[in-house]
Amino acid sequence: MADGAGATGVDSAGLDRWLRAFSDAVTEHADELTALDSAIGDADHGANMRRGLKAVVGKLDAAGTSDTAPGALLKTAGMTLVSTVGGASGPLYGTFFLRMGSAAGDATELGPTEFATALRAGLDGVVARGKAAPGDKTMLDALVPAVDALDAALADGKGLGDALSAAAAAAAAGSDATVPLVARKGRASYLGERSAGHRDPGAASTAILLDTAARVLA
Amino acid sequence: MTDPEDGPAVGIVVVSHSRALGLAAADLAREVVGPEVPIAVAAGIDDTTTGTDATAIAAAIATTDRGAGVVVLMDLGSAVLSAETALELLDEVGADPATRERTLLCPGPLVEGLVIAAATASTGADRHQVSADAAAALGPKRTHLGQSWDG
Repeated sequence: MADGAGATGVDSAGLDRWLRAFSDAVTEHADELTALDSAIGDADHGANMRRGLKAVVGKLDAAGTSDTAPGALLKTAGMTLVSTVGGASGPLYGTFFLRMGSAAGDATELGPTEFATALRAGLDGVVARGKAAPGDKTMLDALVPAVDALDAALADGKGLGDALSAAAAAAAAGSDATVPLVARKGRASYLGERSAGHRDPGAASTAILLDTAARVLA
Repeated sequence: MTDPEDGPAVGIVVVSHSRALGLAAADLAREVVGPEVPIAVAAGIDDTTTGTDATAIAAAIATTDRGAGVVVLMDLGSAVLSAETALELLDEVGADPATRERTLLCPGPLVEGLVIAAATASTGADRHQVSADAAAALGPKRTHLGQSWDG
């Protein structure tokens, strides 16, 4: 078990690993995310997220994590994303991390319940920002089932690792489930029925976010 | 024109995905008003990268609020989400604590709305009037083209 990734909770070192792994995975899948976005959006999701997360990693490199509480680290990530992503995913992912950071407060480590509470706060922020609902073919179609699955697994007495695995599986299934949906938010909604048959890029990147959490925080 | 004795004019912030578009739109507005109307542009991620930056928008709002508040004109998509996010970041950029309450996000069209907002602000109108006039900015064009409001 690596430092900060204990079954007991998530500290700044763990969050640092999560954000770096998310950046690496988005970079790896950037062309794929952009291809999804070119089908139903404006063909910039992969490039935008790659740019924003590269800036986040730059901030992590500059600041280090040893003296930074989880809440402050999450807030820095959010502030960086709202400034550097450029597209709608900037304010959406940025708000997600800013609200997670606020929920984390000054704690030096987030236990499983606190981490789940912070994720829920992030989800609520995305809902407030985008005004979308599940079924609208957005990132919420992956994020809502993931946070629900995390809460349910913890309530069943599972450890954080198993709970995050369940959340990642739920996010992946939610992302898959966006394929037949007709978009009701964002640029894809301009296409109406023609948006059906394509995976939502935001749901796809959210599935990557949860997959990396399960891999590096579990 | 605003009489200095009437207090400061409402500030105007231009939010666009494109820095070139934002700057050009602001230039157009400055042709109808003098320097008494503060206009700031928060557009693009850099000179050539398309996108919107919530922190830059927050800073633009902070600098244009001279006490009478700010009306924000936006183009599409993430410009709106970033402007809403900027309202939550005003503390981070050192804005007056009262600025958030004095900031209106205007649903008017970017170019027409901006020019009308600037003109209205230069008369010393309050922010609600500036925003309302900008929101109705397509009216003259609609009337000229002989079209009804629902197209």
